[in-house]
Amino acid sequence: MRRRTAASKGRHQKKRRDLAASGEVIHKTMTDKKITFKIKRQDKPGSPSYWQNFQVAYKPFANIISCLMEIQRNPTTKAGKTVAPVTWDCNCLEEVCGSCTMVINGKVRQACTALVDNLEQPIALEPMTKFPVVRDLQVNRTRMFENLKKVKAWIDIDGSHDIGEGAIMPDSDRAKRYVMSECMTCGCCLEACPQFSLNNSFMGAATFNQVRLFNLHPAGSMNKEERLDAVMGEGGITDCGNAQVCVEVCPKNIPLTESIADIGRQTSWQFIKNLLVK
Amino acid sequence: MMNRKKKIVIIGGGLAGLALAMKFCERNGEVTVVSYQSLKRSHSVCAQGGINAAIDAKNEGDSPEKHFYDTIKGGDFLAHQPLVRDMCFQAPAIIHLMDRMGVAFNRTGEGHLDFRRFGGTLYNRTAFAGATTGQQLVYALDEQVRRNIHDGNATALEWHEYLGAVLDSDGICRGAVIHDLKTDEIYTLPADAVVLATGGPGQVYGRSTNSVVNTGAAATTAYLQGAKYANGEFIQIHPTAIPGQDKLRLMSESARGEGGRVWVPRKADDRRDPKKIPENERFYFLEEKYPLFKNLVPRDVASREIYDIVYNQKMGVDGDPMVYLDLTHKSREFLDNRLGGIMDIYTKFTGVDPRDHPMKIFPAVHYSMGGLWTDYGPDQNGLIDHGSPRNQMTSITGLFAAGEADYQYHGANRLGAISLLSCIYTGLMLARGIMNYTDSLEKSVDDIPSTVFDDARNHWKARFKEIKKMNGRENPYQLHQELGEVMLANVLIVRDNKSLEKATDEINDIETRFKDVKCVDTSDWANPSPSFINQLFCMIHLSKIITKGALLRDEFRGSHYKPDFDLTQPKDFDPHEYIEYLEQKQYGDIAEDKFPAGHLDYMKRFEENNIKWLKTTVAQFKDNQPDITYDEVDTSLITPRPRKYD
Repeated sequence: MRRRTAASKGRHQKKRRDLAASGEVIHKTMTDKKITFKIKRQDKPGSPSYWQNFQVAYKPFANIISCLMEIQRNPTTKAGKTVAPVTWDCNCLEEVCGSCTMVINGKVRQACTALVDNLEQPIALEPMTKFPVVRDLQVNRTRMFENLKKVKAWIDIDGSHDIGEGAIMPDSDRAKRYVMSECMTCGCCLEACPQFSLNNSFMGAATFNQVRLFNLHPAGSMNKEERLDAVMGEGGITDCGNAQVCVEVCPKNIPLTESIADIGRQTSWQFIKNLLVK
Repeated sequence: MMNRKKKIVIIGGGLAGLALAMKFCERNGEVTVVSYQSLKRSHSVCAQGGINAAIDAKNEGDSPEKHFYDTIKGGDFLAHQPLVRDMCFQAPAIIHLMDRMGVAFNRTGEGHLDFRRFGGTLYNRTAFAGATTGQQLVYALDEQVRRNIHDGNATALEWHEYLGAVLDSDGICRGAVIHDLKTDEIYTLPADAVVLATGGPGQVYGRSTNSVVNTGAAATTAYLQGAKYANGEFIQIHPTAIPGQDKLRLMSESARGEGGRVWVPRKADDRRDPKKIPENERFYFLEEKYPLFKNLVPRDVASREIYDIVYNQKMGVDGDPMVYLDLTHKSREFLDNRLGGIMDIYTKFTGVDPRDHPMKIFPAVHYSMGGLWTDYGPDQNGLIDHGSPRNQMTSITGLFAAGEADYQYHGANRLGAISLLSCIYTGLMLARGIMNYTDSLEKSVDDIPSTVFDDARNHWKARFKEIKKMNGRENPYQLHQELGEVMLANVLIVRDNKSLEKATDEINDIETRFKDVKCVDTSDWANPSPSFINQLFCMIHLSKIITKGALLRDEFRGSHYKPDFDLTQPKDFDPHEYIEYLEQKQYGDIAEDKFPAGHLDYMKRFEENNIKWLKTTVAQFKDNQPDITYDEVDTSLITPRPRKYD
């Protein structure tokens, strides 16, 4: 028989005062309240999806991730059936990595910033619908990264050796670029976009925003035309239906519609230029 | 010479891994980057405040030499000095490189790079991109690596996990064993060298400022395969974080760099709205105690002071273990422009706007100064030979480490805004050495019999089969949480041997219970549970390294604070006295009456303590336990002396 020694008993005892790093504040205010979840699950690509209900103890400051972690520790449905823990993607848990995007109560967003206190229960969790499901709440967003290659979303530096300072740039230009460069390839804008679907080739707001970001950089602008050509074909900027929902769901408040409008203008000039040159 | 490109496998897609990938491709090498997730999502994105380089843009008289001194002093003299000096001298070129790659660094009125202050220095030395500098640096390097992938020089294996090194009969690393996290396939990647750029081990503490992937498993696997692990007990506790059930979110040191003030009400349990507490009833304890560095004392100092205020003085805000971090005296425009990222994080996770209300913060586990033991090649002047194959090599030939996964740059305490520098520096610096290492080998990986790779693959296949069969009563995720609680309760800011012994027992108990784990998911598609169980196994071993190192080190150095062994520096002590004392000693005649009362005794204690403890802790895996020995530290450039910040 297994002995419950110090460590296992310890978890029921009052924590040492330096259990710090915030634990104490939270433990003090625990109640018997429960949080209920309705989670859409899918075992593998192509297999049918199904819903399962879960219940976890309420804790102040709980977010979707902390509740999913609780389900990992006790993977039992509300009906009492032991199941495999729900799988999801996450990493930084502070909305800078872009990993934990999912559809929460019908709205696409990051799971880490979705605080339980602000959500109606039962909380419905679903994977994004515009990307192929890998498993449960995980989807495959490779398409977004492939688009970054298509538009050459990088600066063509001469090399990483020491060749002195970068270009002088007004801080206002830097500020404009900074907002755009916060895009974490999370996919919210594409999930919300009526034009973007599983089966078409539309690039979507995130990609157009990258074209604008790099075309605005003094060195990046030297390859401006290549990038514009890349968004002028099928799936490019002219396919945008101007629904403007992308900007509403962007967790980083990137002015995506401005980026789309700007790239629209840039490609128009490029179109005329191409006509004249060719 | 080989007729093919040199090929390396880099584990980890953070700053160190990406910097190396870019550089190695540039040198016409072939690179495979292995990452748990898509490359843009590594933990380096969490770095907020900035990256240090002594460019002296504000005409304060800063220089790389001063940067070097601050960094060595900040680390309580435990770092090898030639390497740190080299890093500080390379820093300006690294910042300019990142700028050329398009990082949106904040700029001055004239359009040059802007700099701000950070902890442990009196100079404006920190370049920054708002308060998401790490994210911006990762993106710039990620873009260059994507360019190389596009051009066919590099391959990214995302959703893959490193399981272990392939070692040949001579113990040389010839490749890596890789686990496809979707298909569950386990296979080997032969390579001329393998580099672990796998970050830190914050998950050993359960909740920290670290990301979910920061289990330290790759580095621990190397240790279990025979590599040395160094300075494990030096874990940085960042003074300012906010609580959460899933993680503790960092509030960047740049908040203080931009003028943020730390305080508590002078009267304990004063429950007034902080905005209504008048200036003279606020206790700005860091400013009062450290009039020179004020709120920008190094992190180890600030965390200890906050701990003291909250637990010893019982002056925490509302009786809770919290203090105020106050930026409300700054304009919204200023805060949005320079600290927007953390303003948003605080607002989103607490529902309170820090532009209007002081933030409530507490220290949290943040960074590991320790990591895999790595080597370096000195040149004839005692500095660094950038072409040396020894650079960043672990004690396993052919297995290298870079970034937070190695131990060499931060001594006993890391200063702010220098982890980004050390990650990019090691990544870039390493490339030439690896090229030369490959040339120096008698046998190439192509000459290694395939059975070496088969054996490694089969070992890990069997191991995972075994894990999937585990059908005990312990939930691995629950056990991980308990391990974290043990570490948080006993191996944190203030350490004592009784608690550390208790932690040792409790970890041993968790290790026993690990045998009774249940693999809660046995499917063969995109199943994270077997991997997590393997990582938990590693975390248990890593917690032993940290705890045993802390238990044995009977001194107070940097982040490792044992009050029982505090040498109690006299309040009016001046570190220059110690230099004078050493000089007098060298000439054989100590003028005892020249030093203020008690100072000479203190200096003798300090000197004796350094003779015993100014050493690198080296852990090696032996009989299922870390076997600890100590190595000399290269202090050839700056004489170690008592630290002082007031």
